[in-house]
Amino acid sequence: MSTLDTTPPQDTAPVRPRWQTLLIRPETMTLILLVIGIFAGSQLSPFFLDVSYILRSFTLYSELAIVALVLTMVIIVGEIDLSPAANMALSACVFAWAQASGVPIPFAMLIGLASGLAMGALNAFMVIGLQLPSIIVTIGTLTLYRGLAQVLAGDKSIRVPEWFIGVDKIMLAGIPLPVVLFIVLAIGLGIVLGGTIFGRNIYQIGTNEIAARHAGIRSARIKAGLFLLVGLVSAVAGIMTASRLGSVRYDIALGGELQMVLMAMLGGTYIFGGRGTILGTFLAAWLLVIVSTGMIVANVLPAVQLVVLGSLLIVAIIATNLIYSRTQR
Amino acid sequence: MTTGLNTLGKIFLRREAGIAVMIVLFCLAVGAVKPQFLTLDQLRIILLLTPLIMIGAMGQMLVIVARHVDLSIGSMLGVSAMVSGMLYRYDATWFGLDIPWWSGIPISIVVGALLGLGNGLLITLFRLPAIIVTLGTLSLYRGLTFIISNAKQIDRQWIPSELKGLSQTSPILGIPWIIFIAFGVALLTWLFAMHTRVGRQIFALGSNPVAAPLRGIKVTQVTLLVFAISGALSGLAGILYASRWGFVNPSNTGSGFEFQVIAAVVIGGASINGGIGTVLGTVLGVLLLGCVSAALPLLGIPGTSQAAIYGAVILVALVIDRTVRQRGIVSLKRARA
Amino acid sequence: MTDTTAAAPLISARGIGKTFATVDVLRDVDLDLMPGEIHALLGENGAGKSTFAKILAGVHRQTRGTLSLNGTPVEVSSPIAAQKLGITLIHQEPISFPDLSVAENLVIGGAEDGWFSRVPWAEMTREANRLMDLLGVRIDVTRPMRGLSIADQQMVEIARALASNSRLIIMDEPTAPLTPREVETLFTIARKLRDEGRTIVFISHRLEEVRALCDRVTIFRDGNKIATDSIGNLTDADIIRLMIGRPVKEYMHKTGATIGEVALRVEGLTLPGVFSDISFSVRKGEIVGLGGLVGAGRTDVAKAIFGVTPATSGTVSINGARVSITDPSQAIALGLAFVPEDRAVAGIFRTLSVEQNISVAVPKQIAPGGFIRRAVERALGEDAVRKLSIRLASLRQPIGELSGGNQQKAILARWLLTNPSVLILDEPTRGIDIGVKAEFYSIIGELAAQGRAILLISSELPELLALCDRVLVMSEGRLTADIPRAEATQEAVMSAAVPRTLAREGVAA
Repeated sequence: MSTLDTTPPQDTAPVRPRWQTLLIRPETMTLILLVIGIFAGSQLSPFFLDVSYILRSFTLYSELAIVALVLTMVIIVGEIDLSPAANMALSACVFAWAQASGVPIPFAMLIGLASGLAMGALNAFMVIGLQLPSIIVTIGTLTLYRGLAQVLAGDKSIRVPEWFIGVDKIMLAGIPLPVVLFIVLAIGLGIVLGGTIFGRNIYQIGTNEIAARHAGIRSARIKAGLFLLVGLVSAVAGIMTASRLGSVRYDIALGGELQMVLMAMLGGTYIFGGRGTILGTFLAAWLLVIVSTGMIVANVLPAVQLVVLGSLLIVAIIATNLIYSRTQR
Repeated sequence: MTTGLNTLGKIFLRREAGIAVMIVLFCLAVGAVKPQFLTLDQLRIILLLTPLIMIGAMGQMLVIVARHVDLSIGSMLGVSAMVSGMLYRYDATWFGLDIPWWSGIPISIVVGALLGLGNGLLITLFRLPAIIVTLGTLSLYRGLTFIISNAKQIDRQWIPSELKGLSQTSPILGIPWIIFIAFGVALLTWLFAMHTRVGRQIFALGSNPVAAPLRGIKVTQVTLLVFAISGALSGLAGILYASRWGFVNPSNTGSGFEFQVIAAVVIGGASINGGIGTVLGTVLGVLLLGCVSAALPLLGIPGTSQAAIYGAVILVALVIDRTVRQRGIVSLKRARA
Repeated sequence: MTDTTAAAPLISARGIGKTFATVDVLRDVDLDLMPGEIHALLGENGAGKSTFAKILAGVHRQTRGTLSLNGTPVEVSSPIAAQKLGITLIHQEPISFPDLSVAENLVIGGAEDGWFSRVPWAEMTREANRLMDLLGVRIDVTRPMRGLSIADQQMVEIARALASNSRLIIMDEPTAPLTPREVETLFTIARKLRDEGRTIVFISHRLEEVRALCDRVTIFRDGNKIATDSIGNLTDADIIRLMIGRPVKEYMHKTGATIGEVALRVEGLTLPGVFSDISFSVRKGEIVGLGGLVGAGRTDVAKAIFGVTPATSGTVSINGARVSITDPSQAIALGLAFVPEDRAVAGIFRTLSVEQNISVAVPKQIAPGGFIRRAVERALGEDAVRKLSIRLASLRQPIGELSGGNQQKAILARWLLTNPSVLILDEPTRGIDIGVKAEFYSIIGELAAQGRAILLISSELPELLALCDRVLVMSEGRLTADIPRAEATQEAVMSAAVPRTLAREGVAA
């Protein structure tokens, strides 16, 4: 490997072999669970071995999964954002309301995206500008955004034009467009996070923000940028949902924050920051789809599904924490 | 000890005074536009909006003082209300033991305490952050509510009328029992937080979690206690929900409760970093929210905007906290002695 | 001094040893601590004196050996157990509950009462006031601990030791953050406690204080107890010799370097409440020292220059040109480098690899197009390991696994990669063994010889005197002296470091 002189035994601990660092990580756990999940699913119903069935099921969760990818980066940098699901709803409501008021669809979309960006900006301002803890700020903004969506849309559904509906029906090489977007985004973000300085900085800030600042990393900018990105991507996801559902209500993605955080945690993202991968979240999204679809196929009550999801979240963080604490001497 | 004049000055600098002033200003402002806001009857309405949140806020205050957050209180409220609700229903229709009307109270409290203990065990045994654990149990417990009730609501007829009477009948001044219960809980919380050893240990734990075990505080046990209390109070709020609204519904009961409670606690001056918080401040925070909620229908603002207002209120309270604490104008509550 | 003829020891240690992982930090220590004495533990960093004290205080468990209290063998299994046995440790940075009152901090956690027993507020206040009077200290016991000066916090910790009736009070380097008047108050209290028959263990580096205060001295070196004797029987030279085994001077040398133009000039730098009107300059090839007491504001000045917490007024000029630095990234671009004081907090990314830690400040070198070139990064890392003799198993391993000295070398390597023209070093050799210190000194000398301007912040007077061409001194936020090498003595630096309103007296040199 690298040059070294004789090391006196008390200076350092022995380095772990490469295969160990490669294999003993949370993403492996996720992969194993995914394989088990597919196997268990196939026992429930032969549909699970049908790739197009799985892909179609994925479209139901694709919006949440897309946002979860970016949310992973936010958690790695040491913050958290619980507002994206509410952001999705509000952006979608703004978009739908604009186009229902006569604004041409492209402009309505821009307005929707801008509102998502603004929501991200509010989060960024309060967390980074005012130095408030992100957990409580995003609880506040999640309530606010969901509430505003309620004010805007009331209890009604706002319809979108026929031609706009059905983004999930568009196929590229047999894969629904939303899934393609998810895969492309995962690849892109994976490369950024794993191979660029920007990505490296995210890990460094999450590991030790003070040291990062001292080393010349502009942590405030990077964090603010991530909050803005989450805001923008949430708006995109919200508009995609509008297209998929055909109409917009205030309760789009209600409870979605749980599923997004779940995807990140199941993927091995460390809640305290500094560790996690896009690959992990990517695998975990598929895992979650398998589990959710499996429950539906098995005729499990929605209530029980809630129980399962909540339990999964808890189990996921326990497992991730255990793995990470063991690798820290 | 400070001289009289000095004490007066210190009183006005305290956070609680600030909230009290805001309440007065808000009510005067609304009253200027809608004079019926300033009547005794209106006071009764405001107070009736608050008892559940008051009780939940007492528990959440202790949790936040201990440097944690409990997002599952709404779901714990739901489960405990549902358990008692089902007990009433099946007693009437099936076992016929003729259980007393008040039996739901201890049962809900115990159920809540057990659920809260569950939270506490996950947090202490596995060293997990409370926020994520309770995000998970929020769903888990809500799901439980559906499961045990088979997704069916407990209707008015099954809730004992004496229980409902707690929210209607009154020993004095036309103020129902339920409000006295709520303030009673606040009083007990004050006694607990300021005058018992473990209460002070909760403040110590939140103030410096690293030092706490070094000073002989049994961190695990105190943390379990705090979450058990949060659960127990959610349980009490649950049975009182049945009293107040007369039914228990698996999807609505307690839904959104956590945000109202957190808003009240944060307004009341509890610091999210732990170690700081007062019962008086939290009570005033609850009252302020009650006034705001009561003012909305009077001002013609639709009920759907309540969530947005709570969200905005949390954010504004945080901003005020940050700007004021940074300038050191309102100092920390003068440590009691 | 108490009569030791017939007195039985309060604490007896026999064969105490402590091993962390594979490292022996203490070997076979035998020591008796008598009632009614002030006993100093002296030794270099890492000599074992702190570890021994922590074993007495229950913070660590000994790996081998026994402790006896008044003749009875005891297990000091935890700090609370120690407290129950009457042993209290006063930390250098006292730990407390900042949001609780002083009176509460004295008693919390100690009582045996049940959870729901009443808190006796009035009694607590009375007792707290009584203890404060006993110590001769005026602190409002009803106020929160937050905001108390370090000296006052120490007093509260001592009061707590009294409240739990401690017979053995261990003070770990208590005087570093104190003014001389506060030191005198502390010594008076220590003597009073000694006269009451208690035992004080005083851990310190400062020979003059030890000589002024202590009755007996035990010297540690490399994990062994070297000697125990009355202070009167040892000269300073004896003590130093026992501590390092060889005269200190051998390790301090200054290589000659040509001093050029002014590289860094600071004028009128002010940050209200922290420092005011700081003006100095550092030339190329010059090593300028910055001395002073802990809390004088030296690190704050460095952080201001580097842009971590900028000053509110004043100017900074680099190579003659006025600059405005509001963020460390600007400072780096201008050729500044800053090795911070506490590497665990502000230096290393503990779980990330050594090579990542080394390359963090030079992103353009390892990722010219935005994408990281691992081969380049690896080469930079290997180069650094070679040049600075960093001992590690692999560049891939987490930096947290390296020893303190090697971590510090890696941080230094990080900054050297930026090829700085001005290098600010804040306590660069703190917590490092004397052998590695020597390596650092020669590296620093070499850097100056290369024409860099070096600002060396240090609390170790011998280090400042040996390395620097000039020594600046700060005291309470102001620059109080600029002493050329020829006139620099420990006394000169110290007297400039002391707050101006107090004359330095009573603490013998």
